Amino acid sequence: MRYAMVIDTLKCVGCSDCVVACQTENDVPIGYCRDWITETVDGTYPNILLELKSERCNHCANAPCVRCCPTGASHIVEGGIVLVTAEECIGCGACIESCPYDARYQHPDGYVDKCTFCHHRLQKGQLPACVSVCPTKCMYFGDLDNPNSEVSLLLKNRKHKTLAPEAGTDPHVFYLI
Amino acid sequence: MIASRRKFIKISALGLGGILASTSALNIFGKNSYLNEKVVKNISKNFKKTATYCEVCFWKCAAWAYTNEKNEIKKIIGNDDDTHCNGRLCPRGTGGVGMYHDEDRLKTPLIRTTINGEETYREASWDEALDLIASKFKTIKETHGAEAIALLKHGSPGSHLEHLFKAFGSDTIAEPAYAQCRGPRETGFGLTFGSWVGSPEPTDIRDTKCLVLIGSHIGENMHNSQVQEMSDAIDNGATIITVDPRFSTAASKSTHWLPIKPATDIALLLSWMHVLIEEELYNKKYVEKYAMGFDELKAHVKQFTPEWAYGITTIKPAEIRKAARAMANAAPATIIHPGRHVTWYGDDTQRSRAIAILNGLLGSWGNRGGFYFKEKIKVPTYPHPAYPEPKWGWHNLGEQYPFAEMGITSEIIKATIPSDDQKHPIKAWVVAGTNLINTLPEREKTIEAINAVDFMVVIDTMPMEITGYADVVLPECTYLERYDGIRSATNRTPSIAVRTPAVKPKYDSKPAWWISKEIGQRLGLEAYFNYNDFEEVIEWQLNKLGTSLDEMKKIGVKNFERTSGPLFLEEDQEYEFATPSGKIEFYSQQLANQGFDPIPVYTHHPEPSQGFYRLNYGRSPMHTFSRTINNPNLSPLKDENTLWVNPKVARILDLKKNQEVWLKNQDNILSTFSIKVRVTERVRWDSVYMYHGFGHNNEKLTRAFGKGISDTELISKVVVDPIMGGTGLRGNFVSILTENPHKNTEI
Repeated sequence: MRYAMVIDTLKCVGCSDCVVACQTENDVPIGYCRDWITETVDGTYPNILLELKSERCNHCANAPCVRCCPTGASHIVEGGIVLVTAEECIGCGACIESCPYDARYQHPDGYVDKCTFCHHRLQKGQLPACVSVCPTKCMYFGDLDNPNSEVSLLLKNRKHKTLAPEAGTDPHVFYLI
Repeated sequence: MIASRRKFIKISALGLGGILASTSALNIFGKNSYLNEKVVKNISKNFKKTATYCEVCFWKCAAWAYTNEKNEIKKIIGNDDDTHCNGRLCPRGTGGVGMYHDEDRLKTPLIRTTINGEETYREASWDEALDLIASKFKTIKETHGAEAIALLKHGSPGSHLEHLFKAFGSDTIAEPAYAQCRGPRETGFGLTFGSWVGSPEPTDIRDTKCLVLIGSHIGENMHNSQVQEMSDAIDNGATIITVDPRFSTAASKSTHWLPIKPATDIALLLSWMHVLIEEELYNKKYVEKYAMGFDELKAHVKQFTPEWAYGITTIKPAEIRKAARAMANAAPATIIHPGRHVTWYGDDTQRSRAIAILNGLLGSWGNRGGFYFKEKIKVPTYPHPAYPEPKWGWHNLGEQYPFAEMGITSEIIKATIPSDDQKHPIKAWVVAGTNLINTLPEREKTIEAINAVDFMVVIDTMPMEITGYADVVLPECTYLERYDGIRSATNRTPSIAVRTPAVKPKYDSKPAWWISKEIGQRLGLEAYFNYNDFEEVIEWQLNKLGTSLDEMKKIGVKNFERTSGPLFLEEDQEYEFATPSGKIEFYSQQLANQGFDPIPVYTHHPEPSQGFYRLNYGRSPMHTFSRTINNPNLSPLKDENTLWVNPKVARILDLKKNQEVWLKNQDNILSTFSIKVRVTERVRWDSVYMYHGFGHNNEKLTRAFGKGISDTELISKVVVDPIMGGTGLRGNFVSILTENPHKNTEI
C-alpha cells in the first residue's frame, strides 16, 4: 500500500473548495489551512499560461519533517502517510522550517498540524474530504502499489510532475500537466 | 516560537525555503497512527444529517447539513442524487456553515429611532416591529393604494414576501437578477427560440464537442453542475473557445482564446455568422426545417467579413475563421453559451440574439451536445384565495421597454424619486435578501430614492449596507434554520428537493415565511396563510406529488422520469417553437414591429479617454457577490479584491505590486477605500479588472469592512437596453490615483 494523490492541473479552476472542505472536515481553525491554492502565470499578453493547483503535505517517502523531529511526533504510518501525534509534539517548529512545501503550521493549541490525507476517512473507506468535494473532479487518490489503480494509470499515461523534486523528498502528490 | 506561522492563504508561486538535503534513515511504518485528540473526537461524533438545499447562490444545490450531538452544524455535503451538484458542493456551499456561525449576523428586530437628535436603531420585539410594519402598510394603502409599496427581492425569502405582496394587492415587484443580470439573454433567446434560457441553463456541456464562452467565466462563476460538466468536456477532449479581454480561468483551459477588445462582441458574432453562411458551414437541413429569416440574415451579414471584424475586435481574420470552422466541425454538438450576467453595454438583448442565432445556424438548440429540452415538475399551489387585481404594477413602470418580462429595479427607483410627471409614485419599500447598495448601479439615485420613501423594511441575515437605511430591520434566520419552498429544478430530468431546518434559529431570527404570515395576519390576510407552520404547506404539496415530508427528509432529493418527450429532437421531427412563426426566428418581426433592429447590428461604444481604463469586474469562485465576503469560512480565502493591471500600464503609471491605489471614475466618483495593485499579464492594457462584491462600508461587517473596492460604487454611468430595460454596466472608466484622495476629508 502506497497512498498517493494525483491532481489534474488542466481541470483545476482554483476555487478553493478543497480548502473549505478540509477545514470543516478536520476542524482546522479559522485563519489556518492544511491545503491551499497556488496560481502561476507565465508569458505575456496574449500568449499566457496559467496554472492553478491545490497544494498540501506531499507525504514524502524521504520526509525532512520526520527526520528532524526531536520527539518522534512526526512519523510515517502504513500507506506512507506522514502524521503528527499532537500529544508528542512540543511545538519546536523544526519540521515547519524543514518542509520545502511549507505544508505545516502551528495549531493555536500549540502542536504542529498538517494534511493527514484524511487518514480517519480512509479507515472508513472514504476518500479524503478535498478529493470527494472537488467540483471539477481534478483530484484522484489511491494506491500506487497497485498498478491498475486510477492513480497508477494516470501517472503511467499522462505527463506529470512533482513539486520541488530537487529537494529529494520523494513526494507523493503528483500534478498532471 | 515558530518562525513560519502560515496564515490563510497562499496564492503565489511556490518559494522554497531552506532545504535539508541529508538522507538519514527514516523510520517508515514505525508507529501506529494515532491522531490528535480533537480529530479523534470529531470522527467519533455521531453526526445527524438534515436535508436542505443551498442558499449561498441561486444554483440551489441539494445537500446534507451535518450536526453533532451538541446540535452544532459541522459541515455541509452535497446530495449524491442531486443533478445540480452530484454530491459535490462548491466552496461557497461547503462554506455555508459560516453563514450560520457568523457572529455579525442580525440578531433581533431593529427600529429606527432618534435619541438626542441622532438617528439610531433600537432593539425591538417581533410584535412591535411587525405591528409597526402592518400599520404603515395600512396607512399607505389608504392614501396611495397597495401598489405604492414595492418589493425588491432575491432568492427564497423573496418568494414568501411576493406571496404577501400579491395578497395585499401589490405586484410592484422587481429583482436585480433581471435588469442587472440575466434579463437580456432571456429576452434575446425568447425572441429567437420562443423559450427563456432559465436556470440552470439547459446546456449539454457534458456531451458537447465545442463550448464557446462569450465573456462567460465558468470556473470563476461556480455554477456548480456547469463547472463539473466543463471539466467532463475537458476530459472528453472538447474544443473550448473563450472570448474574453481577460485571460480568465476558462480561457486558460481553452483551445482557442480570443482576446477581444472590450465592447465589440457583436462584431465578432456577426463575422462568425458571415463565415458560417459564406463558407456554407451552417446546418442547412436544420435551418431549412426549423428556422425563418435565413435569406434576410444572409443578406445582412454578407458585409460583415472577418476582415471587417478585425478592425473592430482586434481578433485576426484567420483566428475568426478558425474558430468558426471549429464550431461548425463540432455542430450540432456546439454550444455558444448564453452567459448569465449579460447587462454590459445596453445592446445586450441584441448580443444575446446574435448568440441565439449562431446556435440556430449550427443546429445546437435541441441537439445532443448543444441545448437540451429542459423539464420541470410543477409544484401545486397551496390553496389560497385569488390575489386581488392591482391597478398598476411592474408592467406599467416598465412600459417603455416593450419586451420587459419582469420588474425592472431601476424603474422602481425612478418611480420612487418624486417628479412632476409621476404616474405611479412609490411610497414604501420592502427589501428582502438583496443588498441594493452593492447590487444596483448609480448608487446616488438609489440613495435618493431611499431618502424619498416614507417607510422602508429590510429583511436579511446579515447587516448588509442596505439595512443601514431601513426604518425597520428584520433578522431572517439562515437557510440552515428553516423550512422553505420546494426546489423544483429545470434539468435533464425533473427533480424536487426540500429544505428542512438542521438547527433552531440562532438569536432572535425568524424565517421569511413566518415574517410574511405574521404581517399578513395583521393586515387581515389570514386566508392567504392558512397554516401554522410552513412544514404543512410542503407536506401538502409533497403529498400531491406522490411523496411525503418524511420520505423527503430521508432522501433530500427526488428525481422523476421525463414526461415531456425526449431530451433532443428526433431525426426529422416536426417541432413548433413558441415564437409567433413557430420557427427559430433569425429575423424578428416582433422586434421590427416595435422599431428595433430585426437582426442584430454592431454599435460602436464609447472608449476610455487618455488616462482612463475600462472598469471590468467578475466573480471570484469562493464568493457570491457581496453576500459572502464576511463569511468566516470564506473570508480568509479572499478577504479583499485587487486591481488587475497590465504590466504596460503599471510601467506607465509606475505602479508596484501590492501598492495601494484609489480609483476615480469618469463622473469624478471616488472609491471609498483603496485597493492593492496586482500587476498581471492576464488583463488587457485598456482595462482594469476586479472581483465584484468587495469594499463593504458597513462597519458591522467586521471581516468585510473596508476591504478592497466596490466596483458597483464606480458604476455611475448606465446604458439602458431599450428592448427590455437592462442596465448596461460596463461602460465606466476609471483613473488610478496613487495619493489618498480622502486624506483631508472625513469618511
